[in-house]
Amino acid sequence: MAKRIDVSGLTAYYGKTKAIEDISMTVEPRSVTAFIGPSGCGKSTFLRTLNRMHEVIPHATVSGTVLLDDENLYGPDVDPVAVRRTIGMVFQRPNPFPTMSIYDNVAAGLKLNGIRRRGELDALVEKSLRSANLWNEVKDRLNKPGAGLSGGQQQRLCIARAIAVEPEVLLMDEPCSALDPISTLAIEDLISELKERFTIVIVTHNMQQAARVSDRTAFFNLAAVGQPGRLIEIDATERIFSNPTVQATEDYISGRFG
Amino acid sequence: MDTSPPRISPRAEPAPPPSGRPDRPQGPPLGQEPRDNQPDTGGTPPPTDRPAPPPTESRGRVRIGDRVFSGAARGSGIVLLAVMAAIAGFLTLRAVDALGKNEGNFLTTFEWTPNAEPPVFGVAVIAFGTVVSALIAMIIAVPIAVGVALFVSHYAPRRIAQPVAYLIDLLAAVPSIVYGLWGALFLVPHMIGLTTWLDAYLGWTHVFDQTSTGVTPRNLFTAGVLLAVMILPIVTNVSREVFLQVPRMHEEAALALGATRWEVIRTAVLPFGRSGVISASMLGLGRALGETMAVATVLSSSPVLSLKILDPGGGTIAQNIAANFGEAQPIGRDALVASGLVLFLITLLVNGAARLIIARRKEYSGANA
Repeated sequence: MAKRIDVSGLTAYYGKTKAIEDISMTVEPRSVTAFIGPSGCGKSTFLRTLNRMHEVIPHATVSGTVLLDDENLYGPDVDPVAVRRTIGMVFQRPNPFPTMSIYDNVAAGLKLNGIRRRGELDALVEKSLRSANLWNEVKDRLNKPGAGLSGGQQQRLCIARAIAVEPEVLLMDEPCSALDPISTLAIEDLISELKERFTIVIVTHNMQQAARVSDRTAFFNLAAVGQPGRLIEIDATERIFSNPTVQATEDYISGRFG
Repeated sequence: MDTSPPRISPRAEPAPPPSGRPDRPQGPPLGQEPRDNQPDTGGTPPPTDRPAPPPTESRGRVRIGDRVFSGAARGSGIVLLAVMAAIAGFLTLRAVDALGKNEGNFLTTFEWTPNAEPPVFGVAVIAFGTVVSALIAMIIAVPIAVGVALFVSHYAPRRIAQPVAYLIDLLAAVPSIVYGLWGALFLVPHMIGLTTWLDAYLGWTHVFDQTSTGVTPRNLFTAGVLLAVMILPIVTNVSREVFLQVPRMHEEAALALGATRWEVIRTAVLPFGRSGVISASMLGLGRALGETMAVATVLSSSPVLSLKILDPGGGTIAQNIAANFGEAQPIGRDALVASGLVLFLITLLVNGAARLIIARRKEYSGANA
């Protein structure tokens, strides 16, 4: 687990509209890479191309290559479903399955992977919930609906669901933007723990968050509204926040625009 | 649009911190007319995010529109209750009348001879036939309807889904007598093959056993098949609406876990739509239970109560009313009203059961997501 991602020349479209253009970068394993940039610059779109979630939107297409270690995710005989099983994703709004209990939510991905024996499921569900720092809060009510938890707990439940299948990479699309500061802190602590085991990519609008949790930061920007988003620079987080190479990055992180 | 100058009164006291709802952006709440704010700006702070209204304001002037609307809404509710009560009262009164003169047991008697001397009639056969034909219709129609609804909502490309949905709508608009004619003239002769096949291969189940072969299949099974065709559109349409309402984020949650299309439907769409499909089925069942003309044209009724659904005979409550109302004497009419009351009760029971099923898993329903 925890593989490196090598992206080169990636361009994504919605129909005929080019959303992001010619993005190349490397995401290091067992580290946190943060994507920052103004709204509409294609951070989330780019994130979704990394596990082939982009193409589930009608008419959305991708060109370029994404190498997970040495395997091209956009190779001709790669099954997108298999890609998504190895690259987990956490969304902006907590989205536990409303019709399922806490237990079943965590077990959902495991069951899709063919794990059906009760003992094995029990062990993996507990392990995932412990990893997501949620076990102690929910161990007495595993059979209660997941939608009954607080927003922060729901988001950790979603993280538990995503890591239960032991993905190679964990993608997080603004995982804290719908949460209060306490829950945000809990998730950030969790991210620091999880990076020991997973490659993590996180999109965030909160620059302090990027500075706190990430090892490397990528800054995205777009030339003008209607223009495709581009990667401006990617570097070690301290460097991006102290001494970025590009003027636009400095303007953005110092709050001059965006 | 939230910067309309007249709202901000310079002399007003500082606005209280927006209470309670930090997730809402500042500005007038949606749907509140800006005009409403103007008269209040004198003493009260300008309403920013609908703060808890000061106690003096809460029981102030009631606007005429409010009063008219609340009156109209309340009136509609009362009218509905009154109509329901009137129907129930009418059915009960007339039914009690007839039941007093009945010489047989109303619930267990097979015959329907209220005009005989002494009058003997019972609902055993027709109540059984009503439930059985409606059940057959449900068993056939619901899986097909769910399949069509899923196809239209999740599989078909847009340019096919739209016409198909439109066609289904059209199917719902066909009058039931047309279905009845089609049933009698087309379906009945074409059911012979299927009936013979079922008798030959599934006859051992008793249900599909045909006592004498070669009879025209004017039986409960054919009636059920016809009813299935009739309720298909309504069940399909309601199910499709529900499936289309599955939040995108639940489907994406399943997709991101590496679910195939079918697995997305199984983990996100079907559980979310479950209560909606139950409601849709109940709508269909209600129609199947009460359907009159279509059943009357394909069924040759006789006072026979048998589980062998391929044998001709039996009847349904609605069909029995339609067949006997014309030449019924006063007591016969009351007897038919009594059977109508039974149909009313069956429908009520079915709906109650459906609500129980839905309520049992309420906390898991998609509604509180």
